[in-house]
Order: sequence, then structure tokens, then C-alpha cells
Amino acid sequence: MSDKGLQKTENVSAGERIRNVKTFVPRVDIYETKEAIFLIADMPGVDEKSVEVELEKNNLTISGHVTIDEEKDRSIVYSEYEVGDYERSFTLSDEIDRDKICATVKDGVLRLELPKAEKAKPQKITIKAA
Amino acid sequence: MFTPTLWRFRRFPDVAPDLIHLQREINRLFSNAEQRAPQEYPAINIWENNESAVVTAELPGIDVEKIDIEVTGDILTLSGTNEIETLKEGETYLRQERDRSGFKRKIQLSFPVDPKKVAAHYEKGILSITLPRLEESKPKKIKINEP
Repeated sequence: MSDKGLQKTENVSAGERIRNVKTFVPRVDIYETKEAIFLIADMPGVDEKSVEVELEKNNLTISGHVTIDEEKDRSIVYSEYEVGDYERSFTLSDEIDRDKICATVKDGVLRLELPKAEKAKPQKITIKAA
Repeated sequence: MFTPTLWRFRRFPDVAPDLIHLQREINRLFSNAEQRAPQEYPAINIWENNESAVVTAELPGIDVEKIDIEVTGDILTLSGTNEIETLKEGETYLRQERDRSGFKRKIQLSFPVDPKKVAAHYEKGILSITLPRLEESKPKKIKINEP
């Protein structure tokens, strides 16, 4: 994303909520190893209790609920970011072992480990001499 | 390149995010190459009353040891380095959107701060700094002597 200054992208496609807060698209890094795919999402303001990871068929949805605590005796004089929930969906391929998905949250960062299924791991094929 | 300053938004803080966005769009229109303004990271919010100010910044996943907070007069300086995750051999990025650069930004508050009383707190990826106003700079009520 080249627009580094604007921190958050609003998730316009997220369905309208009952809660009257904006929903943002968390920024993610996804990297792949031989055994697994790792997904790391920046979701400042969430903790392990307020993050949900949902898998429905091939659709992986991560969402985070942020409690907005207003400063009661102070007034806001300058604002660059807004506080709101997070939501983003990804389509998984079949090569993920769904039962072994593992998620942790630390310091507002969600880390998902999506292990590859046995059959999808690269296999070396030995070539026999003819 | 024009960058927003605090006093411009003091009167209408609610529209500040929209204004910053509009301003960036205009900057982009009138410049050939989009310039990154590194001082705009991290994004901050500022609350104030007559006694103190609170500055919050969204810094997910940062090592607290690597954040530097300095106060001189009415200037708050925030700097730090993000941890760079290096991939081992055979690992590839499929998508890379998160910020991983270092940052340094100066924020001007509307009053001088007592540096001894500044307190910082980091939770759930949000840094929150409480900056009490310097005693000498607080407004004083002046009594009118009756003749």
C-alpha cells in the first residue's frame, strides 16, 4: 500500500452492523513456508478476547471488536485515526489443514498459522535411471 | 510539501481525518511523484484539558523497549524502530502490507509539559502518553481588588 499516511482503510463491503462504529480492513502480511502459511494482521486495540477467526467452507474471516473508551474529562483536539472494528475475509485453498489452524494475539497483532495438509506438502520425486 | 499542523484542526477535530485525507489527495494531484511523509507515522490522536494532554498512537506489535519518548518544552518526540521479521530460506511473502519502518515524529502541544510527570502506557498495540501541564504555565485566576 503506497498510501502510508492514512493508516486505516475503511471496510466498505462489510455488512452494516448494529453497533454504530466504522469497520476497518486490517493490514496483513502473509508468508509461506514449506509446512504452513502464516497470516499476521495489525489490529491495534484488540485482545485475545475480542478477536474472532471464522472458517466457513473456503472463507476465512478475521474480525476484531474494539471498545472505544472516550476520555471523559478531556476533549479531543486533534485526530489522525479513528477507532473501530476490523474485518477482512480471505479465500483459502484446499491445501490447508483446517483442524490445525492456530491463532494468537499479542500487542494488537493477530498471528494465524495455517498448516498445509499432508498431501499438499511438496514431495520429492526420485528419478530412476532407465 | 504541506503537512498538517495541530493548530489548524484545533477548532474542528471531528473532521480532521477527512481533511487530512483531502489534503493528501490534493498533494497527490499536484505533485508528479507521491511523496511519503514519514513524520505521519504513527497516526496519533490528542486529547487535552487545562491540566494535561493525552497522546495516543497506534503501534501494533512493537517492542516497548524500542520506543523512545522525549519531551522538551511543548514538543513531544516519538521515535522507534519496528522489529523486522526476516524470513528463512524457502519462505516467501505472498502479501506484505504492514509497516515495518522506523519512525520519528515531533508533536507540538498547546502548552509546555512537566517532563518529570510524563507517563506512558502500552496496551493492545496502542501507546498512550499522559503529559501533565507545567505548573507555571497553568492559567491563573486573577482577583480583582475592590477599591
